[in-house]
Amino acid sequence: MQSAWTLLSWGPEGWLDDIAYGVFITVSLAAATLPIGLAIGFMVALAKQSDEPSLRLAGNIYTTIFRGLPELLTLFLVYYGVQTLLQSIVQMFDPTAGIEVNSFVSGMVALGVVFSSYSSEVFLSAFRAIPRGQYEGGYAIGLTGGQTMRLVILPQLVRIALPGLANLWLILLKDTALVSAIGLSDILRQSGVAARVTREPFLFFGVACAIYLVLAIISSFGINAVERSVSQSGVRR
Amino acid sequence: MSAVSDAAAVDIPPPVERGWPGRRIAGHVLVGVWVLLGLALAVYLFTAWNPELFDRWKGPYLSGLGITLLLVAISTVLGAILSIPIAYGRMSRNRVLSAIAYAYVYFFRGTPLLAQTFLIYYGLGSFRPQLEMVGLWTFFREAWYCAILAFTLNTAAYQAEILRGAIESVGRGQWEGASSLGLSKWQTLRMVIMPQALIVALRPYGNELILMIKGSAIVAIITVYDLMGVTRLAYSRSFDFQTYIWAAIIYLAIVELLRNVVELIERRLTRHLRR
Repeated sequence: MQSAWTLLSWGPEGWLDDIAYGVFITVSLAAATLPIGLAIGFMVALAKQSDEPSLRLAGNIYTTIFRGLPELLTLFLVYYGVQTLLQSIVQMFDPTAGIEVNSFVSGMVALGVVFSSYSSEVFLSAFRAIPRGQYEGGYAIGLTGGQTMRLVILPQLVRIALPGLANLWLILLKDTALVSAIGLSDILRQSGVAARVTREPFLFFGVACAIYLVLAIISSFGINAVERSVSQSGVRR
Repeated sequence: MSAVSDAAAVDIPPPVERGWPGRRIAGHVLVGVWVLLGLALAVYLFTAWNPELFDRWKGPYLSGLGITLLLVAISTVLGAILSIPIAYGRMSRNRVLSAIAYAYVYFFRGTPLLAQTFLIYYGLGSFRPQLEMVGLWTFFREAWYCAILAFTLNTAAYQAEILRGAIESVGRGQWEGASSLGLSKWQTLRMVIMPQALIVALRPYGNELILMIKGSAIVAIITVYDLMGVTRLAYSRSFDFQTYIWAAIIYLAIVELLRNVVELIERRLTRHLRR
């Protein structure tokens, strides 16, 4: 029976290097998903606060669908659905061809749409918190629509939306655990492998939980720093 | 032009846009895309319709749906009960008590539900001899009970925060007013604070219920045959993608139904606050 410290050491006997790889995958998946989710979420929020009813309808359909589906199901829909779809397209040309969809990309897309549907709500409520006068003031000094958005609205929007977005980032970090179900070697999968091989499941799943906690704590430090810098820029104005 | 007519010109509301500005085109195109996708889905389900497959899996899907709802119902109710002492601990002035409650909430809100479920289902297997000794092994051997335990502990942390937030949202003056009327602390809580706090808490509770229904899909990974578990089984047997589509439609229907019911209840309960 090896001691817990040997099992958690770096190198061929220990599992720390494997778990560290899992941390790398988890963090890079979350970091890669964030900009996609923010960009799509912002556009959906723009659509949902538009005067044009058809744009609002399109945006609302998007959020209704992706907020209503379980994240795991969305992941499977993307993973197997895209695979099935691509396969049937490719097989029209070459009946013997098989296609493997990258699980990292599937995870990114699935988590990205879920994140964007939630972040669009955060952006929307931030948009509603900005008075109309800000737009009118922007137009009155001769800014174009795009300039008003970029120079007047966005800086305030970010400040209002930041707490909500920070919350979503923490949720995203936890949701990445689901990709272990489609075979991506994230923290949970790597510690699951270690648990099965060493027959020390409590140790390794406990370590996995502890790592997620540490990631959450590091994130909240980062979030605090960003919040402070953003609120300072508001004061200086 | 006189000043009066200038002011009138400014106050006129902007004319309704006619014709086809860019965003109207974009909006119609996007709605068109959704309609096309919906039609494509309908056509796909129609052409892929397989009565044998449907008859084979109709029963399992229904029982899976039942398992999902049962799991959510049991763990939400147990979690609500467990959340009361935790919320009490969070609001307590006792340092030790509030630290314990804070650590509990932080752990269960800071780690993925899937990892917690694994920790309980697989992790507690490490203590099999000890658990067998106290006779709890039969409980922890079953994925179903482990799932209920994990979900209860998890939702208790979230519900404790909802409860605490709602109780703290009621102003101090309400407590002071009640105590000056001679109500005891318990009476104040029951008759003055709770009726106001629960209105605030209703929407977060509804959201938590929806999150639980969505989160319950992960029990499929620890071999509980809930709706998601049955779906995975059906897919792995038939390799027919429509099995996932069925599940998606069922989940969407439940979540939308719940959301509308919560909204209805909220509108009914807050009708005295509307002007």
